[in-house]
Amino acid sequence: MTTQGEWPLWEVFVRSKAGLNHRHVGSLHAPDAEMAIQNARDVYTRRSEGVSIWVVQSQNITAADPDDRDILFDPNETKIYRHPTFYTIPDEVENL
Amino acid sequence: MGTALTQDQHFAYVLRIGDNALILGHRLSEWCGHAPILEEDIAQTNIALDLIGQARMLLSHAGAVEGKGRDEDKLAYARDVLDWRNCLLVEQPNGDFADTIARQFLFDVYNHLFFTALTRSSDAELAAIAEKSVKEIAYHRRHSSEWLIRLGDGTDESRSRMVEALNRVWGYVDELFTMDEVDDAALAAGIGVDLAALRPAWDQGVSDVLNQAGLDLPTVTWSVGGARSKGHHSEHLGFLLAEMQFVPRAYPDSAW
Repeated sequence: MTTQGEWPLWEVFVRSKAGLNHRHVGSLHAPDAEMAIQNARDVYTRRSEGVSIWVVQSQNITAADPDDRDILFDPNETKIYRHPTFYTIPDEVENL
Repeated sequence: MGTALTQDQHFAYVLRIGDNALILGHRLSEWCGHAPILEEDIAQTNIALDLIGQARMLLSHAGAVEGKGRDEDKLAYARDVLDWRNCLLVEQPNGDFADTIARQFLFDVYNHLFFTALTRSSDAELAAIAEKSVKEIAYHRRHSSEWLIRLGDGTDESRSRMVEALNRVWGYVDELFTMDEVDDAALAAGIGVDLAALRPAWDQGVSDVLNQAGLDLPTVTWSVGGARSKGHHSEHLGFLLAEMQFVPRAYPDSAW
């Protein structure tokens, strides 16, 4: 670990409060997982944004090929019956 | 039971704690914009701000104990070098990143033990400040420990720099645990901490981390002190104060 260029990139996920999902908030460089957590704490939760942090090395994320958009996503645009739009949601339900 | 704690001694005791926090906080703030990587720049600045926040509470309390109308700003900006009561360790220059980590780690382990004990102070304000600060300091200790392990157990160069850095500051450690009449009086009054009693836990905490880093304990034999008791500082503090105090001294009582 001599230069920044040799440090792996990590994706950071933060749970903003109990009961909510971890959300992707950004990425950073760190030499290993423990330092990535510490860096994430300092970079992404210093203004009380979170109660839990996950980090995963970016190279371990497999992404869908953008060129597959036509095949993967377009067919769903015409399937309105898959949306739960026929239910009324009570006002008390905040995080649906 | 020794003689009762005087108001002057009570003030001196709180001032020492506040001065440690402010001087180390200022030192770390010098890394802002200069740290090895962006993430560490933010980490060091966060720690600097933690320490400066603690210094504000402690110096405000010191001023109240003194009862002569000096507030945190007066104590921070209108005192000359001989009136400062921080220990020698925290005023040492940043050097390279290993120097900063060596200074920070040795102090963090001490500071964590000290503030943990200080939460039981009979000075309720001091105990409350300690309660709030000790969580921050626990994180400082973790951060500097992790760095020390990585530099010690890293490349040949990082290891040799870490060893040299520890050797450079090791001689300032004894001062942290040296009790004088102010410490004795504060301890007898239930306000202060038994510094000498913290030493075994410090030795253990430091050697645990050095072991993980694959480093031996320094064998440095020189040892100096006298800053926190008598204001006998190294030449570095004057330069630090010149920079830290310049604006309030050049433009007294300005507001912005």
